Amino acid sequence: MLLTITARFRPATDLGYLLHKHPDRVQEFAQTHGTAHVFYPEAGPDACTAALLLEVDPDRLRRARTHTAAASFALASYVNDRPYAASSLMSVAIGDVFRTALKGRCAARPDLAATALPLTLELPAVPCRGGPDEAHALFEPLGWRVRADPVPLDPGLPDWGDSRYISLTLTGEQRLSEALSHLYVLLPVMDGAKHYWVADDEVDKLVRNAGGWLAAHPLRPRITSRYLARRRHLHRRADARIDALGALEDLPEEAPAERPPEEEAREREPTLADRRAGAVLSALRAEGARTVLDLGCGGGQLVRRLLDDAGITRVTGADPSADAIAAAHRRLRTARMSERESARLDLFCGSAVYRDPRFRGHDAAVLMEVVEHLDPWRLPALEYVVFGDAAPRTVVVTTPNAEYNANYPGLEGGRMRHPDHRFEWTRADFAAWAGRVAAAHGYRVRLLPVGPEDAATGSPTQMGVFTR
Amino acid sequence: MSEERESAEGAGRVLRVPDAGLVLLVGVSGSGKSTAAARWFRPTQVVSSDACRALVSDDENDLAATGDAFELVHAIAAKRLKRRLLTVVDATSVRKDDRAKLVRIAKEHDLPAAAVVLDVSEGTANKRNAERTDRDIPPRVVARQRRDLRRDLKRMDREGFRRLHVLRGEEEIDAARVVPERSWNDKRDLAGPFDIIGDVHGCRAELEELLGKLGYGIERDGGGRAVGAHHPEGRTAVFVGDLVDRGPDSPGVLRLAMGMVEAGDALCVSGNHEAKLVRALKGRNVKRTHGLAETLDQLAAEDEGFSARALEFCDRLVSHYLLDGGNLVVAHAGLKESYHGRSSGRVRSFALYGDTSGETDEYGLPVRHDWAAEYRGRAAVVYGHVPTPEAEWVNNTLCLDTGCVFGGRLTALRYPERETAAVDAHATWYEPTRPLRPAAAPADTAAGAEAPGVVDAAVLGVLGRGDGTAVETAHGRVRVPEANALAALEVMSRFAADPRWLLYLPPTMAPAPTSADPALLERPQEAFERFRADGVARVVCQEKHMGSRAVAVVCRDAEAARRRFVPGATGAVYTRTGRPFFSDPAAEREVLEELRAGLTASGAWERLGTDWVALDGEMLPWSAKAEGLIREQYAAVGAAARAALPAAAGVLERAAGRGLDLGALGARVAAAQEDTEAFSAVYRRYTWPTEGAAGLRYAPFAVLAAEGAAFTGRDHLWHMRFTESLAEHCPLVRTTRYLVVDATDPDAVAEAVRWWEGLTGAGGEGMVVKPFDGAEAAGAKGLAQPGLKVRGPEYLRIIYGPDYLRPERLEGLRGRSLGRKASLALREHRLGLESLARHARGEGLARVHEPVFGVLALESEPVDPRL
Repeated sequence: MLLTITARFRPATDLGYLLHKHPDRVQEFAQTHGTAHVFYPEAGPDACTAALLLEVDPDRLRRARTHTAAASFALASYVNDRPYAASSLMSVAIGDVFRTALKGRCAARPDLAATALPLTLELPAVPCRGGPDEAHALFEPLGWRVRADPVPLDPGLPDWGDSRYISLTLTGEQRLSEALSHLYVLLPVMDGAKHYWVADDEVDKLVRNAGGWLAAHPLRPRITSRYLARRRHLHRRADARIDALGALEDLPEEAPAERPPEEEAREREPTLADRRAGAVLSALRAEGARTVLDLGCGGGQLVRRLLDDAGITRVTGADPSADAIAAAHRRLRTARMSERESARLDLFCGSAVYRDPRFRGHDAAVLMEVVEHLDPWRLPALEYVVFGDAAPRTVVVTTPNAEYNANYPGLEGGRMRHPDHRFEWTRADFAAWAGRVAAAHGYRVRLLPVGPEDAATGSPTQMGVFTR
Repeated sequence: MSEERESAEGAGRVLRVPDAGLVLLVGVSGSGKSTAAARWFRPTQVVSSDACRALVSDDENDLAATGDAFELVHAIAAKRLKRRLLTVVDATSVRKDDRAKLVRIAKEHDLPAAAVVLDVSEGTANKRNAERTDRDIPPRVVARQRRDLRRDLKRMDREGFRRLHVLRGEEEIDAARVVPERSWNDKRDLAGPFDIIGDVHGCRAELEELLGKLGYGIERDGGGRAVGAHHPEGRTAVFVGDLVDRGPDSPGVLRLAMGMVEAGDALCVSGNHEAKLVRALKGRNVKRTHGLAETLDQLAAEDEGFSARALEFCDRLVSHYLLDGGNLVVAHAGLKESYHGRSSGRVRSFALYGDTSGETDEYGLPVRHDWAAEYRGRAAVVYGHVPTPEAEWVNNTLCLDTGCVFGGRLTALRYPERETAAVDAHATWYEPTRPLRPAAAPADTAAGAEAPGVVDAAVLGVLGRGDGTAVETAHGRVRVPEANALAALEVMSRFAADPRWLLYLPPTMAPAPTSADPALLERPQEAFERFRADGVARVVCQEKHMGSRAVAVVCRDAEAARRRFVPGATGAVYTRTGRPFFSDPAAEREVLEELRAGLTASGAWERLGTDWVALDGEMLPWSAKAEGLIREQYAAVGAAARAALPAAAGVLERAAGRGLDLGALGARVAAAQEDTEAFSAVYRRYTWPTEGAAGLRYAPFAVLAAEGAAFTGRDHLWHMRFTESLAEHCPLVRTTRYLVVDATDPDAVAEAVRWWEGLTGAGGEGMVVKPFDGAEAAGAKGLAQPGLKVRGPEYLRIIYGPDYLRPERLEGLRGRSLGRKASLALREHRLGLESLARHARGEGLARVHEPVFGVLALESEPVDPRL
């Protein structure tokens, strides 16, 4: 992968002083994952270009990448774009090879280091989520003129359109150290990934390299969030420190206008999730259930609330995903639970479509937002396992109400709320299913709305309470 | 229990103790227990309370540590008894409560306890204690202990000891010796060969016929009645019990069996019917039901004394035998592993009546839990009791009751040959209370309405017991560890097609061993060599299609689907992990319709005598299923390289123009550009536009199954010809090019190498080398590998990366290790054959799903994904 830096001031060869790399030499710098070469394809008095060519050794990258390899593609560590695309590997190389320049130090030409100079930065292949528009939005507020051309996916498959890479050219008057810091921070932000584990010291790196310009950047939350790999506690810490820097330097205090969209979504969602869990708990209390089976317990959100209810003596959480059960153990801190509490809890991998003796012997079973994650042809199996075999006195089922989707922007036209949903039922669909299941297995069922009711479309979630 | 109390008289007393069980040494401090224990037992057999006290407190005398020390004594004793070891507890045990705790531990492990009391005078004990320097035991302690002991001694025989020995005085202790005795059921020294015979139930004529078939010569008395049978090769018959009741001649069966047992030609365990007969003959009040009345009437007609002899015989039958070094267990109703070689009331109940819980079913018969489904033991368990249509191995257990008296068959197992022999019932002697059904298959059927597509989680080995499961296949057991099973649970629950369609999941395939030619990773020579070495001379090379694996189950009509699979459909196409191949049901219907039309036109239904067929093949192009993958992972790499490398070449050229010395950097960038183009050329070949079913091609290379048949025994020529005939009538179907090769003929091998070079040179993925005889082909040790893939050097760029052919990279890659992959492929292959065989036999969903789930579970094993 390649970065070129072209200076157009006189004498342009002073770029060599700023970069601490002599224009007539070819230099090599060993990197963790390969070798960085620095040389000057051009070194004239009017224009001088430094090239940083990073040769990545895929074998070395592979050995280090074990924990970041994409789980969905087994061959990702063998077939990947890292040798060619300018990503966090390039950031690391910039930070290493041009360390002094990045800090803005230049003993030979201190005035030059502090001066905005006419510079052009070129990167032929940059992975950029959001395409050229994103590059414009990230660099233009920093004073760059941006040229971002999409790279076609494959000239042999012209119908397939553009790839996720852009060829990026930045032109403008910038201090060299700032120009480098923009790339250092924003390359991984554009890529949305890092080749290494984002540890706590990433906050230091961000504050050190972007402290001067990030506070005023309109996309500050997005940059911070992505740079810190969406680790929220790091994000909060970085925010506090960048705000503090701003106050010290007496920069205009601009309240962060925009919160990261992920966070916003999380806060809106729990309201409904809370109401749903509350509705389930009320139904369980009304039925006097003391032992409860939470089928499809996921990370244990409902299990936590069930354990908090003193009226419930035993909670069983089952989920077919071993990862979900591990997450539930972490969330519920089972390792630190008192014996009395852990005696009330049983968590295990289990599937509602396989008959399982461990499901039997409960007062109530809960299927909270579960059925819609099963293909319709598996529902008869679930019905048999839950209502026919485990057959608790009470079964509580919640599922989205498809009609209500009309109230969610972006969910018009039959789109579903979650990509894994196999179906979403209207109130009539749910009533028909619930009635049939209840009749087949000797239950009575009552249907209740969960969440704010809309006159035309009903409530966002619908709940069925089956009793026998 | 035969508690006994031996007198104090006589020297050189023999102390009989169980060779597997608990022995308590009882005596006051200083009575010489440790000394005696050291003389009578091995050090590891003795658990001493003093030693445990030292272990938990660093001080043998720390009385405050007594509670913890005894917990340790009990824990060690329990572990040893669990492992069926002789365990001697060296503690004073003078108090009744202390002994009771130990006896309870023995009972919990279904093993006998014995006590040896060392009764010495206080003076002797005090003298010994005074000589000891490590301990200080005051005489008052000894006096109290002796008081406790004397008080309990008279009634100690009621504390649950099978043997109680009281040794009085030092002399008697010194003279005594210990003799371990085996339990009645321990016949591990008998190695057979055995002929194990299922429930006879008074069917004497069938028994005589079966014994004759097995090669026994029947001995008869003056009246022509069979009174014994001897096998010329010295084989031993083993009756699984239920000799009597229901049938026409229970006395005749008893006479023959008793004669054989007395002459040493047979062993016999008790069935529940013998147990009930014993109670009836002893005059107890029992209901004369389930055929007992007939037996009692028949016995009444016998000679004087026959009933008494029968009573004695039946009363002495043990409930199970441990045979052949512990590798074989015979019990009437089976026996779970933790009960093998043990004796207690509950062990006897299990062996006679099975794993019951007191509930009864709709016919009033006891509900039996399917212990065999959960059995994981090493020993084969052969039993009877539950009439089943067919004797079949389930988890290393076999039920031999094939309902002879109900008009079924009388079946025997030849052991160690593991072959069954059977004779048909001469009549239906007794009407069954409930219809016969397979022992291991739950009530579900392939298209049952009650519990559609539901299988017990126990079958999968995901119940959190840590032991996973082991699938019994025709080619050996395949273990499925629990972690693997758990990893597959979510995929099978949430993403798979209806399990009733899944009669088979394709096993993974190993590549040929790494090429001896250092410029290549794979080439044909090594595949041929590997098959030659495995004793497979004739192989077939098949062109390997690059697409996505697809199993197609095609039903001729809705009735076939309803009967055999799922109502309301006419077929299914699924991936190698059991997911529906198409997300669009219309595309699936279209593909199935085309295949159905082709099968009809080619006359396949008639030729195979079926109304459904399952095919295994490759759906082309790769892009039809993998467009996202090609776009995000492959084309993207090409795009990034094509953008970055020419720019790099440009700056390098300009720098060189300035006279800078850049060494080999320019050449490396140029090589990378060439690699990129070659890499992109590979995936482009497997990419063409499709729309639903339009543009798809399906290349079946195996006909898996049809009604009542798995075609795994047919050779590959048969399968290839089937596809060729289908292709003539079905434009969707693509044939597979192939070449039959004699791997021992150098010319043929050379020709095959050229053939492979031709395929791969033209952009093909490569080929698969398979034993000519088909999927069940035998190798030197059991099954041969079903196939070895030999992939072309260009194709492998999309596996190992665009630049893998550079010598420095190739060198590192050639060190790949293939053993795990090959072993995995073979284990999955066994499971695949088994699921097809079970499906062909019409077994229930659970039985078919077990090996199918096993394949998916094993796929979660971490294996190099590039192989």
